[in-house]
Amino acid sequence: MVWRKKKAAVSKEDIYMETQWQLVWRKFKKHKLAMLGATILLILYMVGIFSEFFATQDIAKRSTTAISMAPTKIHFVDEEGDFSLIPFVYGLKQEEDPVTWRKYYTEDTSRKIQLRFFYKGDSYKLLGLIPGDIHFFGTPEPDVFFPFGTDASGRCLYSRVLSALRISLTTGLVGVFFTFILGCIFGGISGFYGGIADTIIQRIIEFLMSMPSIPLWMALAAAFPSTWSSLQTYFAITIILSLIGWTALARVVRGKLLELRNEDFVTAARVSGATDGYIIRKHLLPSFSSYLIVNVTLAIPTMILSETSLSFLGIGLTPPIVSLGVLLQDAQSINTISMYPWMMIPGLFVVIAVLAFNFVGDGLRDAADPYK
Amino acid sequence: MKKYILKRFFYMIVLLAIMSVFAFVVIQLPPGDYLTSYIANLQQQMGQVDEAIVVNLRRQYGLDRPMWQQYFVWMANMFRGDFGESFQWKQPVKDLLISRMPMTVVLSVITLVFAYAVAIPIGIYSARHQYSVGDYLASILGFVGLATPSFFLALILMYYSNRVFGLSVGGFYSPEFQNAPWSFARLWDLCKHLPIPVIVIGLASMANVIRILRATLLDELKRPYVVAARARGLKENTMIYKYPVRVALNPIISSIGSILPSIVSGATVTAIVLDIPTVGSLLYNALLSQDMFLAGASVLMLTAITIVGTFISDILLVVIDPRIRLQ
Amino acid sequence: MNDYILEVKNLQTWFKLDTGTLKAVDDVTFSLRRNETIGIIGESGCGKSVTAHSILRTVQNPGKVLGGQIIYNNGNQPVDLVKYAPDSRAMRRLRGKDISMIFQEPMASLSPVYTIGAQMVEAVAVHQDKKDKKAAKELCMEMLNAVGMPNPEQKFNAYPHQLSGGQCQRAMIALAMVNKPKILIADEPTTALDVTVQAQITDLMKHFQKEYHMSIIYITHDMGVIAEMADSIAVMYLGRVVEYGSARSIFKNPLHPYTRGLLKSMPVLGRKSAERLNAIDGNVPVPLDPPAECGFCSRCTERMPECANCIPRLLEVEPEHLVRCFRYKAQKGENNVGK
Repeated sequence: MVWRKKKAAVSKEDIYMETQWQLVWRKFKKHKLAMLGATILLILYMVGIFSEFFATQDIAKRSTTAISMAPTKIHFVDEEGDFSLIPFVYGLKQEEDPVTWRKYYTEDTSRKIQLRFFYKGDSYKLLGLIPGDIHFFGTPEPDVFFPFGTDASGRCLYSRVLSALRISLTTGLVGVFFTFILGCIFGGISGFYGGIADTIIQRIIEFLMSMPSIPLWMALAAAFPSTWSSLQTYFAITIILSLIGWTALARVVRGKLLELRNEDFVTAARVSGATDGYIIRKHLLPSFSSYLIVNVTLAIPTMILSETSLSFLGIGLTPPIVSLGVLLQDAQSINTISMYPWMMIPGLFVVIAVLAFNFVGDGLRDAADPYK
Repeated sequence: MKKYILKRFFYMIVLLAIMSVFAFVVIQLPPGDYLTSYIANLQQQMGQVDEAIVVNLRRQYGLDRPMWQQYFVWMANMFRGDFGESFQWKQPVKDLLISRMPMTVVLSVITLVFAYAVAIPIGIYSARHQYSVGDYLASILGFVGLATPSFFLALILMYYSNRVFGLSVGGFYSPEFQNAPWSFARLWDLCKHLPIPVIVIGLASMANVIRILRATLLDELKRPYVVAARARGLKENTMIYKYPVRVALNPIISSIGSILPSIVSGATVTAIVLDIPTVGSLLYNALLSQDMFLAGASVLMLTAITIVGTFISDILLVVIDPRIRLQ
Repeated sequence: MNDYILEVKNLQTWFKLDTGTLKAVDDVTFSLRRNETIGIIGESGCGKSVTAHSILRTVQNPGKVLGGQIIYNNGNQPVDLVKYAPDSRAMRRLRGKDISMIFQEPMASLSPVYTIGAQMVEAVAVHQDKKDKKAAKELCMEMLNAVGMPNPEQKFNAYPHQLSGGQCQRAMIALAMVNKPKILIADEPTTALDVTVQAQITDLMKHFQKEYHMSIIYITHDMGVIAEMADSIAVMYLGRVVEYGSARSIFKNPLHPYTRGLLKSMPVLGRKSAERLNAIDGNVPVPLDPPAECGFCSRCTERMPECANCIPRLLEVEPEHLVRCFRYKAQKGENNVGK
């Protein structure tokens, strides 16, 4: 009993000694969904960044013998009922429906192809720099293994989704970076100085918030010259997204600043002759950086959703850039999706990524104020 | 109160004016003026175009004048009911808008009503039974609703209604009713086509409303006036609906201002996927074919829906909240 | 035989939280005579308000009244309120009718979206068998006049945010008195008000007590107000009544070290300014899974070895003056140790 009490006292003191970020982390770890979300995001980003390594083949490679093919089945047990610890796939046979003349593929059970880790396949340049030809999982044999199936040109959807993750997930980050800068500047001016500047900025925010964003984005995006390179369009899209999306963050910054501006420790600093810049750096930023991080985290999924929607409609990113929205362009018509439902797989990744970001954001929100 | 409403009204007019400038910029954005593409289009069809027609058109749309004057000419034309000509449809823009605007507004309003009608009971239940199974289910619905892009949901529903029910889900009407005169059968056909777009467009908003209502109601339930009302001997259910729920409705009403734009946004994408004849799909086609008169007018109409909607929600708020009413 | 209208015996109200059991009220005992006022005093977080809500059975989730008795005797048949379900019809009939309550923050305790009048009429109508809006309104106007509300007709149709704090508290009192209750529970009714308004509100309550022959449970942390209002006093610390007796005996002869500390911390007119007010060292601990010890032992200046080992029992040391402290030895072989 006595011993337990002592231990409790010590651990309590430890809590008093911890920094704000240690406390945030301690609380965040307790949020199970947030930890799940963080793990998923980590995996998605890793897979996206090193997509060439995780892909089964080159994303532009067309397999003329496997057009619009359903996801390949992975087997552990063969026709004879023999179990093999190493998974394998069967080769493919093309057949034709005698009535509709439609071509379809069946498994050629005479040909068993084992799947392997770290096999030598298509060569690539990791991050556009490091050359390599080792792939994570699959088979060196061409045109047989398509985990998510292929598109109408016979390209491997799995490899393309991984590559699209890189673009889609970074659009979110780049877009949020601009949003963050705009939100901090406008929200900061509004909250710190108040007065006329505040009134004007508030009206602008209200104005932007009352606008339906997608028609506006559409109108702006349609105005890009068709001569622009895909990289130019990419940046233009992110800038457009953040031009309309900074308002929520600016409101948070302003609200928090207004609240903090009248706190005694800020008044004390001002009375002791601290400059505005000093007060902002030393007192205000540390006090609400956690709120900024929460709101930035929650702004990323909005960016991802917007990019996906625009690209899906054909007015955002366009091929040859591969983003999740661009991939979904192929799934626009009811004919396509009823015949080739696997073309909707990229959409699942959008949902998963956005969910994960929202979980993390929620966990951070709960953890942001560890002293509560 | 009168002063407040007047102020909001004035504000609405200013917003509409700013929006018209924006729409005008949209028209101007593509390289070359819209008449150039119009004339190019005419040339394609009829070979040579009479120089006099060109000059005439230029004068009619004020293209021989400076930019700011062009804007006022455009505005003045609009007030006279002349929205310009759509070269893609070869129809006055005005006619196109008139044929599509009513259903666009109806669809938005139905979706708004649907989203609130479903979300409010769920939100109240969630807050009253915090951490219950139902609350978790509502949270899951909320998370998924916010995470699924509306077009993707539309695709999934299209796929399943096609697979399971063998239904075609596009458009407002089945082909046989497309151009039929109004009748009970046509209305019923419309009703059969509405659920999917309404669910698709409304899901994200529903999720939003559930979240807002749950959070505010959880706050309100802890307030002293709730305890005081309970201590007066009111029945628990009556008390909940009469006191905290009533107060929590205020942020819900004011959320119309942010929900409506997202509904109009969602409706635009959904209309394109489901091929519904709304102003949203009109805008999309206009942008793809650089039919800029139509695009500008469509953007203006869509934003007008949200601006007017926000104004109406402001007035509703005045009616239900005495704290604003008696300022 | 004592004429008690309310007897609270060994009341326990616990909050089961994820982090443990918060014993907000753990063994509270006191009795209230007809037409008298009992003052419940203690620092913030000692369980005063939870005691009040336990009597009305309006404790918020996850709090639950888990033990003890609350005997209410309106003259006919004594009933134990602990036996009623919180949202039962029987309990609701008592609330606002036999037992009323006024609160600490008058402004926040009135719904912002209804007029004062609407809330008062509702309070009357709830307890009317036959709904009579007109009679209810007349009753309400009468009561607004009685509480000295300036401009009662206008205030009847006013919203809480249009009233001052003092006016709000008057409205709250009118709301609580409108059904002429037998018991009024006042939970720190003057804490949020200006000092000048405080006196008016306490006078008003005394006035109503005389006129309607009601009993008052007055909850506060202000010793001065207690001295003026109360006939008897229960001192609470960490969810327990540590001393209970007539106001006279407690002010004259405080027995518990905590009560003495409280009295020493009270400013007295005419005391030399050089003398500093005494503060009690330390903070009130949170009663989350509290150990079996006298709750005050960590701050007590007169601590004895047994204080940290078991909980003392409430013991009658003088006639009608009870204290929960090991310094007062049990007589006649009674055991001093509580449960």
